Amino acid sequence: MTPELMSEASITVNGDLRPLGGTPVHTTALDFLRGLGLTGAKEGCAEGECGACSVLVSRPEPSGGTRWTALNACLLPAAALDGQEVVTAEGLGEGSALHPVQRELAERGGSQCGYCTPGFVCSMAAEYYRRDRVSTSSTSSTSSTSEAWHHALSGNLCRCTGYRPIVDAAEALGPPAGDDPLAARRDQSAPPSVATTVVHDDGVFVRPVDLAAALAVLDEHEDAVVMAGSTDLGVEVNLRGSRPAYVVAIDRLPELREVSASRAGAWIDVGAALTLSEVEEALAGRVPLLDEVWPQFASRLIRNGATIGGNVGTASPIGDLAPALLALDARLLLVSSGGEREVPLSEYFTGYRQTVRARDELIRSVRLPAEQPGITAFHKIAKRRFDDISSVAVALAIDVIEGVVTRVRIGLGGVAATPIRALRTELTLAGQPWTAESVEAAALVLAEEGTPIDDMRASAAYRSAMLGNSLRKLWVSTGLDHRWSSSERSVETTAETGDVDGRGAQ
Amino acid sequence: MTSLSQRPGGAVVGTEMEHESAALHVTGRALYTDDLVGRTTHVLHAFPVQAPYAHARVTAVRADAAYDVPGVVRVLTAGDVPGLNDAGVKHDEPLFPDEVMYHGHAVVWVLGDTLEAARRGAKAIEVDYEPLPALVTIREAIAAESFQGGSPTVERGDVEWAFENAAHVFSGVTEMAGQEHFYLETHASLALVDEGGQVFVQCSTQHPTETQEIVAHVLGRQSHEVTVQCLRMGGGFGGKEMQPHGYAAIAALGATITGRPVRLRLPRQQDITMTGKRHGFHAEWRVGFDEDGRLLALDGTITSGGGWSLDLSEPVLARALCHIDNAYWIPHVRVHGRIAKTHITSQTAFRGFGGPQGMLVIEDALGRCAPLLGLDPAELRRRNFYVDGQDTPYGQPVRHPERMVAAWEQVRATGDVDARRAEIDAFNARSAHSKRALAMTPVKFGISFNFTAFNQGGALVHVYKDGSVLINHGGTEMGQGLHTKMLQVAATALGLPLARVRLAPTRTDKVPNTSATAASAGADLNGAAVKDACEQILARLETVRAGRDIAWDDLVREAYYARVQLWAAGFYRTEGLHWDAAAMRGSPFKYFAYGACAAEVEVDGFTGAYRLRRVDIVHDVGDSLSPLVDLGQVEGGFVQGTGWLTLEDLRWDASDGPHRGRLATQSASTYKLPSLSEMPEDFRVAFLDKAHEDGAVYGSKAVGEPPLMLAFAVREALREAAGAFGPPGVSVELDSPATPEAVYWAIERVRRSGHEGS
Repeated sequence: MTPELMSEASITVNGDLRPLGGTPVHTTALDFLRGLGLTGAKEGCAEGECGACSVLVSRPEPSGGTRWTALNACLLPAAALDGQEVVTAEGLGEGSALHPVQRELAERGGSQCGYCTPGFVCSMAAEYYRRDRVSTSSTSSTSSTSEAWHHALSGNLCRCTGYRPIVDAAEALGPPAGDDPLAARRDQSAPPSVATTVVHDDGVFVRPVDLAAALAVLDEHEDAVVMAGSTDLGVEVNLRGSRPAYVVAIDRLPELREVSASRAGAWIDVGAALTLSEVEEALAGRVPLLDEVWPQFASRLIRNGATIGGNVGTASPIGDLAPALLALDARLLLVSSGGEREVPLSEYFTGYRQTVRARDELIRSVRLPAEQPGITAFHKIAKRRFDDISSVAVALAIDVIEGVVTRVRIGLGGVAATPIRALRTELTLAGQPWTAESVEAAALVLAEEGTPIDDMRASAAYRSAMLGNSLRKLWVSTGLDHRWSSSERSVETTAETGDVDGRGAQ
Repeated sequence: MTSLSQRPGGAVVGTEMEHESAALHVTGRALYTDDLVGRTTHVLHAFPVQAPYAHARVTAVRADAAYDVPGVVRVLTAGDVPGLNDAGVKHDEPLFPDEVMYHGHAVVWVLGDTLEAARRGAKAIEVDYEPLPALVTIREAIAAESFQGGSPTVERGDVEWAFENAAHVFSGVTEMAGQEHFYLETHASLALVDEGGQVFVQCSTQHPTETQEIVAHVLGRQSHEVTVQCLRMGGGFGGKEMQPHGYAAIAALGATITGRPVRLRLPRQQDITMTGKRHGFHAEWRVGFDEDGRLLALDGTITSGGGWSLDLSEPVLARALCHIDNAYWIPHVRVHGRIAKTHITSQTAFRGFGGPQGMLVIEDALGRCAPLLGLDPAELRRRNFYVDGQDTPYGQPVRHPERMVAAWEQVRATGDVDARRAEIDAFNARSAHSKRALAMTPVKFGISFNFTAFNQGGALVHVYKDGSVLINHGGTEMGQGLHTKMLQVAATALGLPLARVRLAPTRTDKVPNTSATAASAGADLNGAAVKDACEQILARLETVRAGRDIAWDDLVREAYYARVQLWAAGFYRTEGLHWDAAAMRGSPFKYFAYGACAAEVEVDGFTGAYRLRRVDIVHDVGDSLSPLVDLGQVEGGFVQGTGWLTLEDLRWDASDGPHRGRLATQSASTYKLPSLSEMPEDFRVAFLDKAHEDGAVYGSKAVGEPPLMLAFAVREALREAAGAFGPPGVSVELDSPATPEAVYWAIERVRRSGHEGS
């Protein structure tokens, strides 16, 4: 036990330094805050689905400033916020001086029972302070701002209002006032990541400062559990009683937070510890298939915490990223104290939540080909459009040159113990003319891929049908016969990007 | 206009007001039961041992190992109960069971210094079970003839004659899933022992009086030794009407045994696996029409899935039977009701309380029959509306049926329904892979508790010497804005600005013997009681005033010195109700609330996924007490109803595997309620004009439940859109909930029947 180290760990909450003191390692940030008497943040689900625990955390922007980032406090261990700044609904305003977000919500009937409200306030405030947010009042196009608000609030559930007044409140918000302290705070840099060691009788939490230190910890501690955004581990702790004895946080390692080009620009290396929100921003539209995934991947609250490496590392068969990365032919750069190695993602998964990654290895980066397929689509089948888990996910990447399919890769989620490639379908379609007939032939094969099961999300029959239909739907939306389209938005959140003549493949 | 309904000039009721706690909500300063834990010292935390069987006998409990876990203070078992080992009013819910009746049933509870200690203690306890056969689904219960409670029949006319003389007779089976309340705040209680052994329980409960009674009978005490307070709830929706009692009793039992405050808060997974939900229903029906598509007869049996105990299943069934007609005149009716007994959670009240399930049966029948009758479904519905002078099947005159027509026609006009349906036809003609539809459905919902005795309300109004006013009433606040309305009622009745009136939390030692805040009746009952109390005080003040023009504060001060009582207890009972529960006849409702909805959807033929493109609603709230609150109830109720009908998918393991009876959708990641993405893209709500209700406080109407059933329009639109993938005239069967998968299979059936027909 090292009481000195424990007493050093602290979080700045609403401007006040709050020592972690004797807080157990597996105490969530939510319980820590509530223990301080800040009971605005609530536990609604304890698994990052409802957002009632949302708080604002200062995170670095690529430009060097601070971004107020909304995170689920129920998923993070309090120790993970050592040295960080947190703002809760209580810190944003009070009765006589409501924050603009709070005022709009209150006046417009945005709260009924009020239990989800502090979480909505924080998610809404994060978007309110986003630098490149365009407020409705300053643009003629309301649909894009509306879309942005929908995504910003997609991780918050309300059971009372039906959301209309909440969305109205959001859309009524103008830019922050000139003297807004949290707006001004954005111009200073975010708190740096600090080395943390918290020891308690329920375990040890360690945050190394750099990659070498992290790898050394892995070498030393065979029982070490690696934590990045804690969107998976947090659920294990809260719902399944998991209490790992030794937790190593790697989400702030600078070596794992870079986006760079490699091999003469043929590849884009995406640092494994970048959050999905950060990856989306950093890629800036360079990977159209992933741009289809982001809005359908969980919620903004989760994407703000979950990392790209963590999503691949956890090897869930129903993760949404893996099918897309398989279709893109991504590779993983694994690192250990012994060196680095590169593994194609298609060879990475070995069984249910099993991979080739050795215990002492970390995913350093996800390596994406810079050249993009001509036609891509991501079809997520779920009950709910936002913040749901796929019953089936299909990622399609197809190149068509002069009417012939020259290359095809299809990644599937939810139909086997691991994310898989639809290899038989790929063989069926490759080299064929891009016609309704060959698409139909391939769709029949695709519907037979994997070993889908019946569960609470969908029947096996529906899953299989959706596999085949994903290709038919892609064909209809990009093919040469009459185009299927509705005048406005597509029925699903899928929005295929088509490039029929293959220019995208050049 | 009655004196109850008459609204004075300049009334505070009717003005648009934000929720009375809005500023507390948005700043995180509103306190809920579990927020009090950190403000209380030496609190113990309770954690259950949940059984892993749907049905089993408990043969042994070995709790000693729990005491080896540091921080474990006490294990509570049946032997600790000084009073009655029961958590319900029907005495069929053992608090500590020796027979496990559903998967997740709490067998014993552990108290620990920390929640972590209690959790570890619970894990250390060994329980031996002898598994018993279990019934999971309603169909299984029907096959096994496993029923509970009464099996009433609502009957009128000569059904057999009617079917013989009907031009068209159709029959079918309709099954609908239940619904998890998913209040964002799970069940929570904090119990402590006061001076003199008085037990004080803070509880998230819609029914503090009944919580008090159950706590008292478990502790073997009288009601006056137990006080229950509810600050506010983070949502209730019926789920905290009867379900909180047992958990409050556990906390109170722990507090009396240990002398320390005990907190019991169910984490989501416990809440969802242990507490009751909306009843799923199974219905077999036969319906007869005349040549013009007018309903002639309805015959059938509806079976609710009651779960393991009776709970509120009987009144829920009664309300289902009383709403089987929805807004339609059906001359000959014979519908039997019964309650299946199964080994799942004890299903309970949920917004609508059986009404939605009863109405779904007739709406499903009309939706399926319309194509077979060759009629537009909206026209079929409109043609069968009640007209003045007609009675419901249980014999209550249908007052103001013209308001149903007015709401319907207003939706049709302001929703531009006819023109949009023409556009939809054109869209469908050119779109092979996606189809749109616009459906309209009505709502007629009876207001009052079916059980006449519950239709009473109480209030306590204090005027202090400085002229400020404090009100208490028997209703609880769960987000529905009841307290906001009560403040407005008091300010209106006293003729004071709102700032002079405050409201104190609901407590059983302020207003006793209250009814549950339920049946949409909170504002009707408690509002009239608050008004009564205010008027008693005003009458006394008038004698002091003696005709002078004198300011309120001065009048109050004078009254005090004149030794005039400045507080009053108000009371109200709804007049004119009578109900014979055995015969299922009478006039159980004070009035009906009406509404109409038009919903437009677009369905993707590849996946069954859909968008809710536009929703138009005209709803009858009487003369609104608080328009912003009422708008929130209409919108929120509609979206919650849409969730029940299209998205929320409770799945129990009905296999013969080792987890039989386990709820598969037991977390927020598997049980999906509507998120922002399910909101209608274009959502227009209006209140019905000229809707004054004579029988209720300040001319208002109850609004909590009826809007939920406006969502039938969404389900019917999905049915019609699925039908548009096939030839006309095909009856479309659609599962409930109509998830994308269910819609997809409906489309596939339509396509197949199209092929067969060609």
